[in-house]
Amino acid sequence: MKFKGYRRADGSIGIRNHILIIPTVSCVNRVAMEICARTRAVTFTHPYGCTFDAEENNTTEHAYIGYGRHPNVGAVLVLSLGCETASAVKVADAIRETGKPVEMLTVQQAGGARASGRQGIEIVQRLQEELDKIPLTEADLSELIIGLECGSSDAFSGLTANPAVGEAADLIVDAGGTVVLSEITEMVGAENVLARRACDVQVRDELLQLIKKYEIDLSFSTEDDSGIFISPGNIAGGLTTIEEKSLGCIYKAGTRAITEVVGYGNKPTRKGVIIMDTPGFDIASVTGKVAGGAHMVLFTTGKGTPTGSPIAPVVKISSNNATFERLREDTDISAGDILEGKKTLQQVGREIFDLVLRIANGDEAKSEYFSVQEFAIPNVSVVKKEAIHAELAKLNDFRFVQPT
Amino acid sequence: MKAVIRIREQDHVATAITSLEPGDVAQITGVSNGETIVVREAIPAGHKIALRPIAPEEEILKYGEVIGAATAPIDAGHWVHVHNCWGLKARRFS
Repeated sequence: MKFKGYRRADGSIGIRNHILIIPTVSCVNRVAMEICARTRAVTFTHPYGCTFDAEENNTTEHAYIGYGRHPNVGAVLVLSLGCETASAVKVADAIRETGKPVEMLTVQQAGGARASGRQGIEIVQRLQEELDKIPLTEADLSELIIGLECGSSDAFSGLTANPAVGEAADLIVDAGGTVVLSEITEMVGAENVLARRACDVQVRDELLQLIKKYEIDLSFSTEDDSGIFISPGNIAGGLTTIEEKSLGCIYKAGTRAITEVVGYGNKPTRKGVIIMDTPGFDIASVTGKVAGGAHMVLFTTGKGTPTGSPIAPVVKISSNNATFERLREDTDISAGDILEGKKTLQQVGREIFDLVLRIANGDEAKSEYFSVQEFAIPNVSVVKKEAIHAELAKLNDFRFVQPT
Repeated sequence: MKAVIRIREQDHVATAITSLEPGDVAQITGVSNGETIVVREAIPAGHKIALRPIAPEEEILKYGEVIGAATAPIDAGHWVHVHNCWGLKARRFS
C-alpha cells in the first residue's frame, strides 16, 4: 500500500512538511502565535516550561523533543524566553540529531516579543524556502504509525465508531503498519481481554502492571468508588460501569497481537499494536502519541470535538450521524450508518482505512485548518502529591498548605 | 420499528438507538435472529435494555464480557443503568 510523503535525513517518512515553532515556556506563546499568523509555520500553546518539579520538567522537554524530531516536521524554530527551567539548548540539540534544520531564538536577548516576532518571521521564511524544495517520494503504509484516540464518547462510540476503527486498525496492521492505543485509565476493567492479546509473557506482564499502576493511583485520588473513572457525561450518555466503557474503548485497536508497551511520548520500536502509557485526558494523550511519532491520529467521538495537533492530522470519526451533521466542519467521517443498519462495521472500517491513505497522501483532515493547536502533558505529579497530602492531613500535619 | 443493538449472542443487554417508551416493541439488531423485545420502562437513547430477567448479583454481559453485576432484580424490557448495575472493579476499593 503506497503513498507519497517527505523523506527525512534520518530515513523516516513525513506525511506533512511543517515548520514547527516550539515555545519552550508559556511566557513566549504569544510570539509563536504571532509568527504563525504571518507565515506558514505551526505551533502549540501551553502552560508549561518553568517548574521545579523534575518529573514535569523532564516530561515537558521530552514532548518538545518528540515534536521536533517528528517526521511530519521539516524544520524547527526553538523559541525561548531565556530564564525558564526547560532547556532550549537541550531540546534543540536533541532535534538536530535527526539532521533537520533547527534555529533558536531567545526573546530576552532578541529585544522582546515584537522584535523576536519580526526576527522569527524572517527565520521561518528562510526555512520555508528550503522546505519547499523537498520533493514528494513514494513510501509504504508499513512505515506509518497511526494513533488511536477517543474523546467526548457516548454509548454509540463503543458500538459503531470504535469497532469500525478497530476494523481499520486490523487492515493497517495486516499491511505491515503500526497502531498505538493509549489512555491506560480507559483499560481498567478490560485488562484481561487485552492481556490475552499480548504477543508474549513479557508484554503481557508489562501491560497488566501498567494498568494496575493507574488503578492504584486513581484509587488514592477519588472519594466515591461507585462512579470511579467514568464522567457524569459518560453516565448521562448511557455508560454504566468502567468495564463497559473500557470494553467499548479497546475495540479501537482491532484484534491483532499487542507487540510492545511504551512509555509516554516514546517511539515504538516494533510494528503492530502498541500500547502507550498516557492518561485519559484527550489532549495529553494525543500529545504523547504524536511525540512518539504518530503520523496521524484516528479520533472517535460521540458528541464531537474540534481538537487536533499542530503537526499530525487528527481525524474525527463520529459514532452517529446527528453529531456528524451538527459538527460537519470538525468531523471527517461518520460511523452512524451502522446504527441505521445501512452499512456494516466492515464497510465503515474500509472507508476509514481508505481515508487514512488519502490523508497520508496530503488530503487535509478537518482539524488541520488552523496553525495553532492543542498541547498538554500528563499531570501525574499532582495525583501523587494529593495522595501524599491526604496522608499528611491524617497525621494533622498541614505544613503542605500554602500560606495565602 | 424502533431498534436496539446487541453485540454478542450471550449479552444480557442491548443498547437503545432511539429513546424507548413503555409498550414499544423494539427490533433486536446487531447479532440477531429477528427477535423483538417489549419495552417496559422509559429508556433514553444510548442506554441499555435488559433482554431477559437478571437476578440480583448476577453478572451482566455486554460485548460478551462482564460489565458489572445487578444490584436488584431486573425484568426483561427494563432499563439497566447505575441504579441497578454496579461495576465489579469499582467496588474493589470500598
